[in-house]
Amino acid sequence: MNPMLNLWLIPVLPLAGAAINGFLGKKSSRKAVTTIALFFSGAAFAMALWVAMRFTSLTLPYHEYLAHWIRSGSFSVDFAFYLDQLSLVMLLVVTGVGFLIHVYSVGYMAEDPSYYRFFSYLNLFMFFMLTLVLAGNYLVMFIGWEGVGLASYLLIGFWFTKDSAASAGKKAFIVNRIGDFGFLIALFLMIKHFGSLNFDQVFKSVMPLGAEKAGAGLLTAIGILLMVGACGKSAQIPLYIWLPDAMEGPTPVSALIHAATMVTAGVYMVARSHVIFERAQMALTVVAIIGTLTAFFAATIGVVQTDIKKVLAYSTVSQLGYMFMACGVGAFSAGIFHLMTHAFFKGLLFLAAGSVIHAVGGEQDMRKMGGLRRKIPWTFWTMTAGTLAIAGIPGLAGFFSKDEILWRAYQASWAYWLVGLITAFITSFYMFRLWFMTFFGEYRGEAESANDHASHRSHDAHGSHGHGGVHESPKVMVIPLAILAVLSVVGGYVGVPGSLGGNNRFDKFLGPVFHGSAPAWQDTAVGEKGAPEKETEGPEPKSGVSTELMFTGISVLAALLGFGLAWQLYYRRPELPGRIAASMAGEYQILLHKYYVDELYGALFVRPLIDGSTRILWHEVDQKIIDGAVNEAGEGARHVSDEVRHMQSGNIRSYAGWIAAGSAVVIAFMIWMWTGAR
Amino acid sequence: MRIEDLSSVILTLVTFLPLAGGLLLMLFPRRDRDIRIFALVISLLTFAVSLHLPVHFRRGLAGFQFEIDRPWVSTPNIHYHMGIDGISLWLVVLTTFLTPLCVLISWTSIHERVKEFFILLLIMETALIGVFTSLDLFLFYFFWEATLIPMALLIGIFGHERKVYAAIKFFMYTMIASVFMLAAILWLYAHTGSFDFVVIREQIASGGVPGFPAAGQWLFLGFFLAFAVKVPLFPFHTWLPDAHVEAPTAGSVLLAGVLLKMGTYGLLRFNLGLFPEQSRHNAPWVMTLALIGIIYGALVAMVQPNMKKLIAYSSVSHLGFVVLGIFSFTQAGLDGAMFVMLAHGISTGALFMLAGILHERRHTYEISEFGGLASPLPVYSASFLVIVLASAGLPLLNGFIGEFLVLSGAFQAKPIYGILGATGVIWSAVYLLWMYQRVFYGKVTHAVNNSLSDLSGFEKWAVWPCAAAALVMGVAPIVWLAAIDPAVQGALTPFVRVASRVVGQ
Repeated sequence: MNPMLNLWLIPVLPLAGAAINGFLGKKSSRKAVTTIALFFSGAAFAMALWVAMRFTSLTLPYHEYLAHWIRSGSFSVDFAFYLDQLSLVMLLVVTGVGFLIHVYSVGYMAEDPSYYRFFSYLNLFMFFMLTLVLAGNYLVMFIGWEGVGLASYLLIGFWFTKDSAASAGKKAFIVNRIGDFGFLIALFLMIKHFGSLNFDQVFKSVMPLGAEKAGAGLLTAIGILLMVGACGKSAQIPLYIWLPDAMEGPTPVSALIHAATMVTAGVYMVARSHVIFERAQMALTVVAIIGTLTAFFAATIGVVQTDIKKVLAYSTVSQLGYMFMACGVGAFSAGIFHLMTHAFFKGLLFLAAGSVIHAVGGEQDMRKMGGLRRKIPWTFWTMTAGTLAIAGIPGLAGFFSKDEILWRAYQASWAYWLVGLITAFITSFYMFRLWFMTFFGEYRGEAESANDHASHRSHDAHGSHGHGGVHESPKVMVIPLAILAVLSVVGGYVGVPGSLGGNNRFDKFLGPVFHGSAPAWQDTAVGEKGAPEKETEGPEPKSGVSTELMFTGISVLAALLGFGLAWQLYYRRPELPGRIAASMAGEYQILLHKYYVDELYGALFVRPLIDGSTRILWHEVDQKIIDGAVNEAGEGARHVSDEVRHMQSGNIRSYAGWIAAGSAVVIAFMIWMWTGAR
Repeated sequence: MRIEDLSSVILTLVTFLPLAGGLLLMLFPRRDRDIRIFALVISLLTFAVSLHLPVHFRRGLAGFQFEIDRPWVSTPNIHYHMGIDGISLWLVVLTTFLTPLCVLISWTSIHERVKEFFILLLIMETALIGVFTSLDLFLFYFFWEATLIPMALLIGIFGHERKVYAAIKFFMYTMIASVFMLAAILWLYAHTGSFDFVVIREQIASGGVPGFPAAGQWLFLGFFLAFAVKVPLFPFHTWLPDAHVEAPTAGSVLLAGVLLKMGTYGLLRFNLGLFPEQSRHNAPWVMTLALIGIIYGALVAMVQPNMKKLIAYSSVSHLGFVVLGIFSFTQAGLDGAMFVMLAHGISTGALFMLAGILHERRHTYEISEFGGLASPLPVYSASFLVIVLASAGLPLLNGFIGEFLVLSGAFQAKPIYGILGATGVIWSAVYLLWMYQRVFYGKVTHAVNNSLSDLSGFEKWAVWPCAAAALVMGVAPIVWLAAIDPAVQGALTPFVRVASRVVGQ
């Protein structure tokens, strides 16, 4: 029998913080707001740690029932929570990184007039994200799923007086809703065929089903629809377009929601549903292809961005692509591993970028930075750690997780691996480009005069405090950076693969979740239920070790090449990029305009919908055809209104007379009908 | 008085208490403040008394409760027969909940003919409750038509520029449609000798009505037309935007909040209850119209430049969900339809209040006249956002539960219904958030908006209960569903019978 953990408290604690600050924050002091916000997010983290410590004594998966939510006939959904290795990893990442970012925000948002509102939203986000992670059924997960979308909407549009911020928030919500549409249909299919949305019951119903190899089938449909949802939340092709715009939000928001946690919800959901996906080869293939394409495609856009946050945004889209690639080839634990390391280093990179922006007075254009490494050494060194980690430099967190994904991808198909490898090269290139442009060379920003702060573009919040030129961020911001930097450096050692002398403890830890659930493939030998595991997860056969090492070597080479190219172009000969751009103007423009996808969607969907709805549906159908028919029918309303216009308006008796006349008609009719009926 | 004694008169009390208050108001001198207070007291009292119903309602039962059945007129055979089940229970409470809020929201906005206004409002309440409590078709029809007069007068006297056109369009349109229902009711009386809903239902079910097989389809259509116009189901909806735009705020709240539900309630109670076979037979095209309404209403709402018209068209979309759920003949679909009715009553009622609050300050509903209001009106804009999210179906708020159940039910009936209906979740986010952005975000575009005052005390007391209700209904829908579910199950039994009969052939 499991002890009572009261898991429900973990999400509810930050909700309390959100409510207190939301209702009372306006009249409280900043200190009080800070205390509340940090206390409740910290308490969630503390409780997550406490759960982690008791973890070994639990029978997994651990279930917790809180209350009935919906009941309709035989269908019912409860507020229920679920804890296994997978949700524990997510829980620790979300509360841990989330708490650090709360701390950082204290410094970053210090000057904002809506300080309390920011923390209220941030705590609200934690509530929904933790609900998503701890949910015991798909519908409670959906609460979190939509709720994080709401928090994201509120925080992207936090500076709502800016039109671009308000539009970006709305765009994020609507694009996510398109994904949610797919998610919902998947849920309806589950209800129809399994009669429940509880993880346990759904998976129990799915387990005995065989793999759908030929394609179309129930599980394939559910898988693909879930993936539609994941594409929205995790910004994959074709629904990724909201994430770059989401950079309108304050930078801590970009770090927390749009890099470390919320956008990984899709990966988590796919991994959570692995029992379904493992039986739907076509759905898995779709996941893998979308992930691979997105990884590559977003990375290419990242190469030409000049806004420091936009580079990181496309990078996030690209890295999420890797995670889906991993899931798509059945390497769920590798995907989650990358999710975790990515949360460390991308959270760090965003926070560090925020620190840079803070240092240069709100500037986000890297062309106006440069030479900052001596002025903001803490930011520089922590960002260096993040850059090395994401670029895949051996020994750092990103190296292990990315390498693991590429190796698994290769086992599925060399094509995934090749595209993934090229993407790794591009990633390394654009990250070092960012690094060189920001920290090396000469400072290209405004002269460091006393009125430096006055001229800054109002990209980010802190406009009002006196800027004595470029300066390092306060401790409250630097300490979270340092902690995340350490995690970015050492975080990968929990998952060192066998070929590099480790024993991949991360994969083993998640083993109970992912292993042993795969279907018995029809073409494997009879009775070998565990056989497919060898192909998808688990320790590799000995003979593969040398091959794997060779592939690791190739990945490292790609990372170094990226560094070399960035060094050549942005350090040694910074005039070159401009010339290259000029000589390849067409390609450059396409990349700069992000392949014109926003424009394409605008022309294909947005404009036709608005114009069609206005001209055809409203003016033509509604006003001319339907209302026209109504008005012309017999004593049409238009005629009536003409008549009525002659009446002395404002005279209550005449209206009453009209109404009375109408009623008289009815009563007369009733009597006539009644007598006739007899 | 003991509770058992009370239960036979409680419905009469709840129904006629507002009317009695209205009659008393007629005797009042024209002291506006006293009139307002009295109207508030009466409506609150009615609400308090009506809470007796859910408190003492025996959940888990499908049949009618708190019944009273007395012969009233011997020829024709009219009974004073009232009773509620889990379906009508919450609609009564919805009505009594919204009416005091209507009084509050009209506190300062109505300053001429105050006495007439509140008298009409209270008469209106009685008529609306009567529609939901009547089990005698004659009585039902009486209340049904009785709602028209106060509503048309509220629009015609207290409305805006084109109020008379809108009032008459509303009156004529819905009344002409009701005549067909009257004809159907009279046919039923002529062939069964009773106006009693329960009696007629039994007779039809047992096949004891002469001529019914031939007339069934026409009877179905007679009722259907009256209800479809009231809902309003596409393409019978064009009276609604006009009526809403011109109506005073309280009129819009009751119109959208309760009056439209008379249509969906009627479909559920009478069309499904009396004509199960015909309902099933006609379901495909009815559901098609409902789906058109969902999508069409949303798309047209999206492009409205007038806030109130936008909300009106959004009602067309939301009520499409209700009809979709009803004609799915599934437990989830009907439970969901009932829940959407209630949720829509709360959230759209509140949206109309909020639009009215702006109108009181700026005398316009044009979205382009606003922009950036979140800065000068923080409390108002936060309240508005909560309601918008409820309306857009965010989980943990009331809109989600109903829509989810409806779509799930429609999907079980036929996947394509659920899929097309589910696009509604996208559209509602589009039109609501776009409107919200244009009204509240960005910089203040009209200088006059800078000096607008935030929510007043009365307005807070009108809007916040709705926001609270939206949250409670979203978190604990089980409270409502526990009563709805058995009633719906009861309503669906004939369909099981019809289905088995079809299989038996």
